[in-house]
Amino acid sequence: MAANGFSEGSVACFYYEAIICAFRRKAEGFWKMGSNIVEMRSITKEFNRIPVLEQVNFELRKGEVHALLGENGAGKSTLMKILCGVYQPDGGEIRIQGNPVKFDSSNESRASGIAMVFQEFSLIPSLTVAQNIFLMQEARNRFGLFDDHRDERRALGLLQEMGVEIDPRLTVSQLSTGYRQLTEIATALSKEARILILDEPTASLTHTETLALFKLIRRLKERGISIIYISHRMEEIFQIADRITVLRDGRNVITDEIKNLTIHRIIEHILGHKAAQEVKRTGQSLDRSGQPLLEVRNLTCAPAVNNISFNLHAGEVLGIAGLMGSGRTELLQAIFGIHPIKSGEVRVKGEKIKVDGARASMCAHIALIPEDRRFQGLILTHSIRDNFVLPLITLQRLLRRNLFVDDRKGNSLADSYLRKLQIRSDSIFKEVRFLSGGNQQKVVIAKWMSTEPDILLMDEPTAGVDIGTKSEIIEMIRQLASERKGVIIVSSEINELLLVSDRILVMRKGQVSQELDRSEIHSEEKLHAILQGA
Amino acid sequence: MTEHTTSSEHKSNPLNEAAKFIRRIYWRDYVVYITFLIVFVLFSIGLANKGFLTPNNLLNIFRQTATTAVMAVAMTFVLASAEIDLSVGAVAGLASVTTALIIGQYGLWAGIIAGLMTGLLVGLLNGFLVTKIGIPSFLVTLGMQGIATGVAMWVTHTAPVPIANTTYTFIFGQGNVGLLPTLLLWTSIALIVGHICLKHTPYGRQTLATGGNETAARYSGINTKRIKYITFIIMSVTAALAGMLYAGRLRSGRFQWGQGDELSVIAAVVLGGTSLFGGKGSVVGTIFGAILIGLINNGLSLMGLESSQQMIVRGAIIIMAVALTGRKPQS
Repeated sequence: MAANGFSEGSVACFYYEAIICAFRRKAEGFWKMGSNIVEMRSITKEFNRIPVLEQVNFELRKGEVHALLGENGAGKSTLMKILCGVYQPDGGEIRIQGNPVKFDSSNESRASGIAMVFQEFSLIPSLTVAQNIFLMQEARNRFGLFDDHRDERRALGLLQEMGVEIDPRLTVSQLSTGYRQLTEIATALSKEARILILDEPTASLTHTETLALFKLIRRLKERGISIIYISHRMEEIFQIADRITVLRDGRNVITDEIKNLTIHRIIEHILGHKAAQEVKRTGQSLDRSGQPLLEVRNLTCAPAVNNISFNLHAGEVLGIAGLMGSGRTELLQAIFGIHPIKSGEVRVKGEKIKVDGARASMCAHIALIPEDRRFQGLILTHSIRDNFVLPLITLQRLLRRNLFVDDRKGNSLADSYLRKLQIRSDSIFKEVRFLSGGNQQKVVIAKWMSTEPDILLMDEPTAGVDIGTKSEIIEMIRQLASERKGVIIVSSEINELLLVSDRILVMRKGQVSQELDRSEIHSEEKLHAILQGA
Repeated sequence: MTEHTTSSEHKSNPLNEAAKFIRRIYWRDYVVYITFLIVFVLFSIGLANKGFLTPNNLLNIFRQTATTAVMAVAMTFVLASAEIDLSVGAVAGLASVTTALIIGQYGLWAGIIAGLMTGLLVGLLNGFLVTKIGIPSFLVTLGMQGIATGVAMWVTHTAPVPIANTTYTFIFGQGNVGLLPTLLLWTSIALIVGHICLKHTPYGRQTLATGGNETAARYSGINTKRIKYITFIIMSVTAALAGMLYAGRLRSGRFQWGQGDELSVIAAVVLGGTSLFGGKGSVVGTIFGAILIGLINNGLSLMGLESSQQMIVRGAIIIMAVALTGRKPQS
């Protein structure tokens, strides 16, 4: 594939016209209003009378990389969506180049030179790189037809100026995720974007792709393009950002030059008062001497699980911490037999199980509550009952005369779990797509609890559910542990992991980088620092 | 668009309430029964003097629709699993030919087995290509359509193969048990077995789950490829059975029997409320859909329309029936 390698400064004068076109056309008179290209003042935003942003200030200087940090739900993405015109603020003002603006749509924001770069979703896979970059602004020949060759030359010029070696004739589907992202940035630049918003841009990139991205960011900086960089990876922030702004609970915490800060200081700012608190858990002494409930030995599974070994004992809650893309989701999926494993073995109560499809794992009394409930957990157009009974049908535990599905038993089981988990629905025959996120998650949980698993794997079980449901789920995990079941929980929310786990495995790049006992973790802050590799 | 709040929330206006209830019914599920009723009543009144309501005519409708109906039951499973099979008509033709040829040489039982084996073979091939090789079912079965028809033409030199065995023609098409034609019994068997399979067996429920969301089905432990494989086998064997019914009714095997049936079969299934996108299906609706199409054919020819005109009216009725239900509500 031609889309690899990385050329430095290979700007042929042949493409000079294209370069001017992409970067300089409106340069004069555009930057006259001082050094702040974006100023957001006292931005306020509420959803359903719940304040999400309160008097938030944010400013972006010309040619700087400004990292925007904060926990999930701190208000980062709402602030950026306001800047992109997706949401309108309830109060406050936005100035671009010193001029007050009001964006009623994302088109207006884009016209002011603001571009948000998504991971890969806004490209059309079947079109070429050049066609994607110049989508809706295609060059035309003298007959008024699209001139692909000219666009390819324009694209090549643009990409070379960016210092990226991608063949613009390749279709996007042939590119790796990293190069798709670079293509996305090229698209933004071709529309003369002056302000780029990168949201977790390195989440699915390899190391070399990340380096390529950073190189590009530095080049863009030199060209006076300003970048808002959202990431949870501190090491990257220190490599690439000039300044940071931290939000917590919808308010400003700090804005400062990165050189005045340390990782620990930043984590403290992100977590706030919670960091000071010692995290407590009503723990029990665990007996880890006997036969482990689950043994994972040298498990390797493409693409992201590399030689992982650990034990899980009865009554234990094992937390798995790691950044996005660290292989934590893939590990659970591998144990559950979703992806074929390359090598290694999984033993349940000492017996080796065949990891081949979810059914084999289910027969060994393993259950997985998957990360994406709408896509992996539920059949949205089917009823609560039909979703609920599916694993029981697969396990042939809901049979009448060995042949028919016993719906009477299924209905009464579904009814009892509906009550037990307090799923708010008037009937078990309601289609699950009409339920709220929290209730949908409870249906997924009910569906797997009904199989009475000994080992419950949970992938982000509290993502996108309301606070009430969240605490119910936490309570349920503790209950399971007290019933001598084993639970493995993956979560991005560190405080949640600390709340339930007896032990925490830290994953980095598909491997277990550290194993921590509860007693070794004194604060949320410390685990954050470990996660960041500090 | 999808305001499925509990009804207790807006008690203000009973009329409003009723309107809401009507809007909430998923009309798509019932369109086939409503259309069936309307068409039947209209024909009964309008064609009363042309003998529409005579028992013989009504039984004739069942005789003519049996083959489509039987295939449509299996097609319900195929569409419910979010696949499609365009080879059914051609497989029916091929099976009619193999049955006729083998009966002539080796007798009744050999003929029956040969017909069913034809279906099994095609089903294995279709299933293998779709689930193991990963070719879209639309293309696999489009190709298979040509292959099956071609083989049937080749082995018979396009000539019909007569069937002299009267036991065979009695069971597979011409006979009556009491007052009821055997073809009606075949349709009934397909209806009952199909309905129970789809709604009350693990296989049927797993088929619906596979079509509804294949990923979620896989995460629930369902071997979705196996389910689809089985579905293709059942489809082709059933198509072969339909071909044998053609052979019985027409006392011969010929490549043309069943040609083009795939379209009326799929129309019957979709009319019956099964989703073309999978996850949803009704065998009862399918049978009504198949008979509705037969009913329309019968009525139009009693009216004295030419077959060309019949095709136009039939097409328009199918489009109208589905269009009247409005668009599918989206989540």
